[in-house]
Amino acid sequence: MTRFNLPALSLGALVALSAPAFATECIAPANPGGGWDFTCRQIGRILYEVGAVESPVQVTNMAGAGGGVAYTAVVSDRGDDADLIVAASSATTTRLAQNAFAGMTADQVRWLGAIGGDAGVIVVAADSPYQTLGDLVAAVQADPSSVAFAGGSAVGGYDHLKVLMLMSRAGFEDARSIRYIGLDGGADAITQTVGGFTQAMTGDISEIGGFIASGEVRALAVFAPERIEGYDIPTAQEQGIDLVAMNWRGLYVPHDISDDQFHAWADRLQQVADSEQWQQVMRDNGLAPYTLIGDDFQSWVNDNIAEIQEISRQIGIIQ
Amino acid sequence: MDILSNLAMGFGVALSPWTLMLAVIGCFIGTIVGALPGLGPSNGVALLIPISFSMGLDAISALVLLTSVYYGAMYGGRISSILLNIPGDEPAMMTTLDGYPMAKQGRAGDALVISGVASFVGAFLATIGLMLLAPLLSRVAYQFGPAEYFALYLLAFCTLGGIGSNNQAKSALAAVMGLGIAMIGLDKTTGMPRFTFGELHLMDGIDFLVAIVGLFAVSEVFFFIESHGKNSAIGVVLDKVRVPWRELKRTSGAMLRGTGIGFVAGILPGAGASLGSFLAYVAEASVAKDKKAFGKGEPRGVAAPEAGNNAAAGGALIPMLTLGVPGSGTTAVLLALLLTLNITPGPTLFTERPEVVWGLIASLLIANIVLLVMNVPMVKVFVKVLSVPSHVLLPGVTMVAFVGIYSLTGSAFDMQLMVAFGVLGYVCRKLDIPTVPIILGILLGNAMEDNLRRAMVLSNGDWVYLFSSPISIGLWIAAILGFLAPMFLRRFLKRPEAPQDAIED
Repeated sequence: MTRFNLPALSLGALVALSAPAFATECIAPANPGGGWDFTCRQIGRILYEVGAVESPVQVTNMAGAGGGVAYTAVVSDRGDDADLIVAASSATTTRLAQNAFAGMTADQVRWLGAIGGDAGVIVVAADSPYQTLGDLVAAVQADPSSVAFAGGSAVGGYDHLKVLMLMSRAGFEDARSIRYIGLDGGADAITQTVGGFTQAMTGDISEIGGFIASGEVRALAVFAPERIEGYDIPTAQEQGIDLVAMNWRGLYVPHDISDDQFHAWADRLQQVADSEQWQQVMRDNGLAPYTLIGDDFQSWVNDNIAEIQEISRQIGIIQ
Repeated sequence: MDILSNLAMGFGVALSPWTLMLAVIGCFIGTIVGALPGLGPSNGVALLIPISFSMGLDAISALVLLTSVYYGAMYGGRISSILLNIPGDEPAMMTTLDGYPMAKQGRAGDALVISGVASFVGAFLATIGLMLLAPLLSRVAYQFGPAEYFALYLLAFCTLGGIGSNNQAKSALAAVMGLGIAMIGLDKTTGMPRFTFGELHLMDGIDFLVAIVGLFAVSEVFFFIESHGKNSAIGVVLDKVRVPWRELKRTSGAMLRGTGIGFVAGILPGAGASLGSFLAYVAEASVAKDKKAFGKGEPRGVAAPEAGNNAAAGGALIPMLTLGVPGSGTTAVLLALLLTLNITPGPTLFTERPEVVWGLIASLLIANIVLLVMNVPMVKVFVKVLSVPSHVLLPGVTMVAFVGIYSLTGSAFDMQLMVAFGVLGYVCRKLDIPTVPIILGILLGNAMEDNLRRAMVLSNGDWVYLFSSPISIGLWIAAILGFLAPMFLRRFLKRPEAPQDAIED
């Protein structure tokens, strides 16, 4: 008997040591310094400051596989942990939609909410002949090989999806003929566009803002519900294309917590979204208001994943 | 005066007591690492990367610490060259030729002072060169599209493969191994996983820090174990250290010529400090009127290669910062650090993160002055360190490697991977296969492949696009020359064999 009990005991001791009771833990599925780490640290700090949690939120970095390591750990080991929140963004749902988490699916966790987003934006070089979003879309429709897009994410990543969703909403069906090259981050993609190697570039406004202000590139549209404070850029909707593409910052929680626990978390997140501290964090980091919490967010995620899967099938990323 | 105001900003960043302290610590550790035979600048920097992360240093502090170690190691390498006739690192190899004879003649103190001053001259002038030239180079950025970058990366592989080894086939093999390892993970152009075998840990590809620490530090441990950790004993007694002003004046020409040659060698991607010190020595010996004196304890034979290798260390930072292409093995390791800190070296670095660049330049200038003080009046301290027994040194290196990598990635899988890389590094060194091209392959392989495939997307699959601009044609020609030239030159320039326990720069 003792032979079986000893390991169990020591395992119990380990678990107790690593997770003190009642402390909320936020898993950032990446190394310190990135966007998910930012989400955990800022939301965690404000949760404590507004009194939504009793002790400071402990941030754990669990990097790997673009969030896949953390996702797998939450689904298989922490499925009913009501004191756990996990940072997520549009990249998380995109990868889940494209089956990039080794068989994991989006319905294995509960999507708690998004409270702010980095608006998608499309830019051209300052000397480009395309003056409006309509000009650019018309050029692609006339001859897809005449326009090459650059973006800061890989093929199938969110910057690529922005291009594909844009053309799809504009009624252009041949997704495979659209040319896109993925670079390492927005700055590289801008350089290629300013240098004339590509004709247009998609990215997030926080990474492109400096280039727009310096006049090296011209923004044709933001993919936000309304214009972004501080920029004079029309939205895609104003120009007749119904596209909103926000790189949202939000959270998911384990699947097997009770509905009451889920709604308690939704209330706490709403408190953060309403706080003055969070407004300041958004201003400091170029985020736009984009609040979707609880059941609304859950159904939005379902629709979003369905759309990404449809487009990914068209370009052959998934079968 | 843009440069002066930028430099003032840099000093504003670098002159805080905290960064100054890091610079002093970095210089001290670097000199020791350089002085200990076997531990070269790449090992030292590779080992310290995980430590700086676990200390929670921000980008600038981490950079200051590691570049101080880098410069310090370049200074320190000469100490064991002169006293033990064992180069502390490969670039210090040329210093043994005249440094050790000087020590045997009882002029060890003179040799240490002259080489210390030469190191200072080389590194200081090169840092100023970096300041003046780097912003100019960074403006070239917008001319570089996928085709040009592809040719540039190719140039890095060809010159490093051509110069960094005595056998082209072996360095080509090593580069291909690195490129193969780089293919593991998610393919950026199609979004498909490659060679991951369904293993989630491999989806991101192999972390190059794991590979670097494994290939350099862990394999070093295996090597030490095999050789039963030969004790380093000091063969030459060091008397009072005085400054030989007359000799310094006589060797000043050699220092300046060595600096110029080393700096240019450093800028060439892939060439690095070893080539800098080698060319500086050969050039100095061939212009001297009394050629016979070289190799028998000629101070100019100490001054020229030391100025050359330190100038090359500064020069090598230029392509690393402005183009993201490392000029040497150590800058390849530094490039890995920058990427991990979320700083993308390249054309836009100077406009986007000026505080990082100018803070780095200012701290290099400070580090040089600190190093001059440490390496001339205080050189005796480091001479003592050379007698650290390896049974103390080895467990320390091993512990730092494991703790460091675990604190960085938090994954037991990566620690196993690191040991696997250690074994790979050991086998490679046994077979005389250079490990730097492997690192270069892992580090640059993805970027090289991505650019090739981007070029193919932009040209609709037309290969001629790769040769369609003057810049890319020039780079292709340079790459081919860089790979082939050493085969023919080797007959004329007999290069001394590197001792077994020295690591490539």
